[in-house]
Amino acid sequence: MKQLVILSGKGGTGKTTVAAALAHLASQELSIVLADADVDAANLELVLDPTKQEEHGFMGGQVAVIDPEKCTACGICADVCRFDAVRPHLHLETIQKPGFQEKTWFQVDPLACEGCASCFYQCPEEAIRMEEQQAGLWFRSDTRFGPLFHAHLFAGQENSGKLVTLVKQQARLRGLDTGAALVVVDGPPGIGCPVISASAGMDMALHVVEPTISGVHDLERIMGTTDHFGVPSLVAINKADLNLARSEEIAAFCAERSVEVVGRIPYDTVVTEAMVQGRPVTDYADGPVTDALKGMWSRVSDLIFPDGIDVVKGGQR
Amino acid sequence: MIITVASGKGGTGKTTVAVSLALSITADGQDLADQDLTDKRSVNPAHPLFLDCDVEEPNAALFLRPTIEERREVGQMIPEVDLEKCTYCGRCAEVCQYHAIAVVGEKVLVFPELCHGCGSCSLNCPTGAIHEVLDVIGTVERGWAGLPPVAGSPPSYPPHGGGGKGRIEFAQGTMNVGEPMAVPIIRQLKQWVIPPDASTGPVLPVPSVVEGSEVEGLGGTPGDRPVILDASPGTACPVVESMRGADFVLMVTEPTPFGLHDLRLAVEVARDELGLPVGVVINRDGVGDQGVDEYCTAESIPILMRIPLDRRIAEAYSDGGTLVEALPEYREQFQNLYAAVGRLVADRKGARA
Repeated sequence: MKQLVILSGKGGTGKTTVAAALAHLASQELSIVLADADVDAANLELVLDPTKQEEHGFMGGQVAVIDPEKCTACGICADVCRFDAVRPHLHLETIQKPGFQEKTWFQVDPLACEGCASCFYQCPEEAIRMEEQQAGLWFRSDTRFGPLFHAHLFAGQENSGKLVTLVKQQARLRGLDTGAALVVVDGPPGIGCPVISASAGMDMALHVVEPTISGVHDLERIMGTTDHFGVPSLVAINKADLNLARSEEIAAFCAERSVEVVGRIPYDTVVTEAMVQGRPVTDYADGPVTDALKGMWSRVSDLIFPDGIDVVKGGQR
Repeated sequence: MIITVASGKGGTGKTTVAVSLALSITADGQDLADQDLTDKRSVNPAHPLFLDCDVEEPNAALFLRPTIEERREVGQMIPEVDLEKCTYCGRCAEVCQYHAIAVVGEKVLVFPELCHGCGSCSLNCPTGAIHEVLDVIGTVERGWAGLPPVAGSPPSYPPHGGGGKGRIEFAQGTMNVGEPMAVPIIRQLKQWVIPPDASTGPVLPVPSVVEGSEVEGLGGTPGDRPVILDASPGTACPVVESMRGADFVLMVTEPTPFGLHDLRLAVEVARDELGLPVGVVINRDGVGDQGVDEYCTAESIPILMRIPLDRRIAEAYSDGGTLVEALPEYREQFQNLYAAVGRLVADRKGARA
């Protein structure tokens, strides 16, 4: 079984459009499993029309909670916190009681807390406890093209890398169980922890880049990241005709690094139309975009299955 | 007034909007006094401060083309163990929530890429054997950006003191390739350049833009100085860090199902979790469907500006040109956008008082 991750560095270059098209095209020839590793803004589900089969909570780590009864407002917790997560508060409940005594205590902002437990260990009153937090959900769904593993990280939560790893592992295990030939992972933008998690263990990374000054700049950084972790790169230029000179610049940059440009997808509003209809563009309309994506898939499959796709198909029941 | 430009979905035009907004509210013909440059608190409010907080893929400099004057390495403090003092008791590994330090026999292993720099290991070491050293994960830079060149003339961005052109103070963070954690860089970038009173100063009435479209006499106190933060895509911790402390979050979206889906998530973070006022800029208006409009109406989120789908904008962008450079008529619209945000922030402060 092979694993392919779609990445981009810069956001909004067409990762999900390409991933959905590959899911559609690959599933016509092979048995595949899909994973959406962009867990803070998962979009693949919007074009694959999934039916949810399973839903699970994701425990994303812990936050500190201060017990106002025990807190003496010594402020040590705020002193040791490196994340500005602990701040003094007025104890409102006490105020509301008759004959109240004004009491200041300390409170933790759960969004700022990184769960390091430094305050927990330093509190002389043992007034702080660490609480596990559900940071998101993950799902197994069925689609016309194969099973899809996807997730939803709750607003502003940490540990997206951990959730990415979980989604990817589930997809991989499913693929191994069912004898799938390929796992397609729709990656997150950027080059940080979720991207590193999404790239780990992949056989190949397909970078979707657009021919803009930012696209070129960001390609260099994302390729540096996948190189760093030893994942071979392929490049697809999206909206290639928007700036032909920049497309050539990308091609030259790739040639210099012996990275193959496996596709050039023209700019066409049919891509947005397909998205509005909730379908992969290759499944929605024939035309230059679909032709380019079909050509790209055929090249990607040659490269990722060097023994030929027929051998892979033969190996499947 | 601090405005964070965010979106949820990537590639919707955050940088385009943030850069054009900064360029449009920069007053022409006002030179900076030397004192403005050394004392950031006295900087004329007509010279906005721009921070590129997308430290994984910083792009704003490609459009603003700043002259960088100062550069620093940033990172986080990671433990270093003095083996003379260490008794290999394992307390450090026990308190570390990230498994970033391990004691194996008579060896202590530190994994910098797992460390969050919380300092708990050194606080808990019974023999004081741990001190912290800086692990560099990126850089922060600051400088000044001029107005874009007039078409046909050679680009010229004189350093401060000359030119008589409006200026933008510029700062950006860049994460080193292969590093996982963006948040410490964003946090340090903000601490480095944003004046402490930037969001707490009284908000003076922002003048509605007069015909002729130059913003004259935006005047006022340091708290009025426009600070514009360009955030990264997504809704996770780096975006939260870029929004924290802002007076307003400007969401740039496109009217498509992907744009809407991710806009909802970004609004959940900014408005529902952080309690910040939000407004929307619809980019590539005319593509896609009505979903974003319907959502904004239902949620009472103001749509502050619409930028139609225009191939000229995309082409200018592809070569590093800005929207207001390609289509100068937008300058006034961005000034109005800034004024509208100012009014929303002032209303909110008024409502709270």
